[in-house]
Amino acid sequence: MQRIAIIDYGMGNLHSAAKALEHVAPNDEVIVTSDAVMIGAADRVVLPGVGAIRDCVGEMRQQGVDKIVSQLVEQGTPLLGICVGMQAMLQHSQENGGVDALGIFNGEIQRLKGGLDESGNPLKIPHMGWNQVAQAEHPIWHNIDNHSRFYFVHSFAAQPNLPISIGHCTYGETFTAAIAHKNIVATQFHPEKSHTAGLQLLANFVTWQPEA
Amino acid sequence: MGLAKRIIPCLDVEDGRVVKGVQFVDIRDAGDPVEVAKRYNDAGADEITFLDITASHQERDTTIETVRRMAAEVFIPLTVGGGVRTCEDIRNLLNAGADKVSINSAAVFNPEFVGEAADRFGSQCIVVAIDAKQVADNKWEIFTHGGRKPTGIDAVEWAVKMQGLGAGEILLTSMDQDGVKNGFDIALTRAVSNAVSIPVIASGGVGNLQHLADGVLEGHADAVLAASIFHFGEYSVSEAKAHMAACGIEMRL
Repeated sequence: MQRIAIIDYGMGNLHSAAKALEHVAPNDEVIVTSDAVMIGAADRVVLPGVGAIRDCVGEMRQQGVDKIVSQLVEQGTPLLGICVGMQAMLQHSQENGGVDALGIFNGEIQRLKGGLDESGNPLKIPHMGWNQVAQAEHPIWHNIDNHSRFYFVHSFAAQPNLPISIGHCTYGETFTAAIAHKNIVATQFHPEKSHTAGLQLLANFVTWQPEA
Repeated sequence: MGLAKRIIPCLDVEDGRVVKGVQFVDIRDAGDPVEVAKRYNDAGADEITFLDITASHQERDTTIETVRRMAAEVFIPLTVGGGVRTCEDIRNLLNAGADKVSINSAAVFNPEFVGEAADRFGSQCIVVAIDAKQVADNKWEIFTHGGRKPTGIDAVEWAVKMQGLGAGEILLTSMDQDGVKNGFDIALTRAVSNAVSIPVIASGGVGNLQHLADGVLEGHADAVLAASIFHFGEYSVSEAKAHMAACGIEMRL
């Protein structure tokens, strides 16, 4: 049995992520916690995030989540970032007039431009619903068909062509939908809300052995 | 290829039981919202909307408990609406496992509540439900109390105002069409969808699969909501998706 910790820093719905992890890892222990020691000692950690990035990163700094995440990066604990949890790992976001994020990786979070769909109707923002992800080679995609659809809800997204990108999505423009580097993997979409493909991704995460 | 249009089955729930009737032959308890939601989750629905029509405030605990059980079995987005009046209501629902909450009459009585909720929880989880009736050519008015009370508010202007306050999505129900099975009010749907830049869910009036397709193709809706055509097994979610895809609409199949 392993212990999977979901970092609770007061932002959003952690119940869904916890239930989805319990569903794919019925023999593991899933905990939702803000306790730095518990998180540091967990076998795997999930960094969720919803809402505005200024509030999210603000709460992370307030509660020392930035330091915990640095520690996890250092010690090689498999870490999954979801939605704003992924965005927070990059350097900077254009949201809220410009916010410095945790800066684990280089990269900018940009406002989705919208534009027109194929019929000439304006694309709605937020980008809300099921869109396809073009995958690059990574174990997190194991048993998930390339171009499978995942559930997105966001108005800002990571710039395209990041060196650490393992998946991209197109909504008027192309953006980075998933990143990975060493023991870290993160998705803009919500695997916990993405039915079969999302549950498979979570199942892959709970067995993932990152290369050192 | 790109973003798929969504099909959203809607459950009306009173005192923890699905009402308006669900007739599936192969589930144990067709009145249990969790069983019904799980059935739709397995059938390929893109989201579930859960409308709590419980009249009394004391029954809110039942709702919270139902949402909690549902979130443990449903791995697609879950919107919960009905009686959402305070930020505390929203927090309780989100903590129980709802992904979005739908605000209806509370927005009419106090529009600032929508702004406060969006500020606090993020626009991504704030849906504003609009119940509209046609009052003149190309003019629709918001009604409350199940369509009995006019408010004098223009539905299209209201949708734009709600977007401005931070709503992330509009759930648009035609009170004229609801339950009639003649299709969505296409003119209303298109007027609202074209006026806002946030997604619009068309609701009220679906009687057949072409109505769903028309909501997207003619009404420019981003998602279509239906209850009875799915509940009574007239059509399955996958039949609906196949039909919409055959009409050239991008769907998650």
